[in-house]
Formats: sequence, C-alpha cells, structure tokens
Amino acid sequence: MRWIWIDRILELEKGKRCVAIKNVSLAEEVLHDHFPATATRPAMPVLPNTLIIEGMAQTAGIMVGHAYDFSEKVILAKVGRAAFTDAAWPGYTIRYSATMDRIDATGASTTGVVERINPADASIVPLAHIDLMFSHIDKNRAGLEFPEHNFVFTDQFMNLIRQSGF
Amino acid sequence: MAMSNEEAFKKVQVELSAALGVDEEEVTPEATLVGDLGAESIDFLDIVFRLEKAFSIKVNQGELFPESVLNNPQFVQGDKVTDGGMAELRKVLPYIDLDAFDKNRNKNEFPNFIKVSDLVAFVQSKTA
Repeated sequence: MRWIWIDRILELEKGKRCVAIKNVSLAEEVLHDHFPATATRPAMPVLPNTLIIEGMAQTAGIMVGHAYDFSEKVILAKVGRAAFTDAAWPGYTIRYSATMDRIDATGASTTGVVERINPADASIVPLAHIDLMFSHIDKNRAGLEFPEHNFVFTDQFMNLIRQSGF
Repeated sequence: MAMSNEEAFKKVQVELSAALGVDEEEVTPEATLVGDLGAESIDFLDIVFRLEKAFSIKVNQGELFPESVLNNPQFVQGDKVTDGGMAELRKVLPYIDLDAFDKNRNKNEFPNFIKVSDLVAFVQSKTA
C-alpha cells in the first residue's frame, strides 16, 4: 500500500513538464492531527508541508519516469529547496507544476511551483517552490543492486496516469 | 578564452554553497567535499548538474568520479588501488590532486579526497 498524494494529472509533456492537482479534504485524517485544537486556540487543519513535498515528488517523479517510458526506478534523492509562503487549507485545490531541469542516465533534477486554487472564485495564490533531485537507482554510483521489478511505478501510479487520460 | 582561477573559484563556491547548504565562506579551495563540507553521494550528482549549468559544460560519467577505474579488478586489489590503478587515475583525472590519495589508496575513500580546488581545476580544464 502506498499513499498517493495527487488526485489527477492535468498535463504531461514528455521529459519537460507535468502538472497535477490535489483536492485537500477534511475527510483526510491527517488534517485532524495537523494541527489539533489546544487550550488556547481552535483546530487549524492544513495539509502538512511534508506531504506537499511528497505531492511534488510524485508529480515530478512521474515526469522523470515518463521521460524514459517508466523503465527506470526513480527515487527521490534530495530536496534541494522547499520554500513555503502559504498553507493548504481544506476545500481548496493544490496545483503542482513540475519542470525538468536536467535528466540523464544517472538521474534528474526538477524545479516546481505549488499554487493554491480557491474553487469559490478560481483565484490562485502561490504556495511553495520545491526543487528536487531524483536518482535512477539501478545506475547508482555505489553499484548497489535492487529488485528487478519496478517497485516505484506500481499499478496504483500507472492507474492514476491512465485515469488522467495519459 | 580560459576562465581565471579566481573567476572559476567564485562560481564553484556559489554552486557548492547552494548544493550542500553551507556558507560560501566555508567553501575554501582546500576544503574537502565530503569531510569538510559534508557532501553525501547524491550530492555529487547535484554538484555535477549545477556545474554543467553554471559553466555551460557537459560532464560525462566517470570524468569526475572514476568508477570505471575504481571498480575495475585490473586496477584494484581488494579495496586497494594498485600502482597501475594510480597511473590510470592520474591519466583520466589530470586535474585532480591525487598525492594525498596515493598514500591511502582505499578505493572506497576516494571521494573523501576531492577538494574544492580540484573542482575548480576541473571546470577550468573543461572551459579552456
């Protein structure tokens, strides 16, 4: 089982760009622990920033995998930058736009912008900048070996891509 | 025209500071990437990507980190690089100061010997 932190892919341009969205919902348990009410203030449910990084990692990871037709095992290797300027509240849509910075046999680097869309008036607010690095782990410098089957791009991911129409 | 040493160093300093999350002042020519600046293996990929972009160069696999020599049984016995291996390293990495590594020769510790000044010499050789 694996948590998928994006709901739908809107754009997927081979080796260049991927755009995905996530609807933030109060039905997600994690929001109730982040942050619960205290004696001095009411609850402040927001999608944790760590999971926003994961959402960008999934968006950009799909772009990196798609570039080589999902033949590589793409692993998040480094969060180069994660700068947040706002929060992801329930009832809003989070849009992840990932751009390929560079890709080769060993891995890839990506830059990403996260925005918060208000469904009430379609207004858009910048939320974060997240730059990531991915490793094609079968080509790691240490020469370590990993299982042969592609445990990164499982059916869950491939179904998401198909359901999004790609 | 070849880039001056100081010019190349300044750019390398900026890129290493960004890649490794250290202050630019910490990035001195004599600092080692692993020991002094805390680089981990994935950072080397990041550093290569950044140097390529900053200097508009193409770094081929093995040009900076010679896996082809260090993983070649012809040049390594156990974990120790042989005399032939050292000669090969000097041939493929002319820009890297290998004297300190020559005294150690443990192939697993090779990355620990790469200094900031080696990267500067490398990008200078690529942009010459």
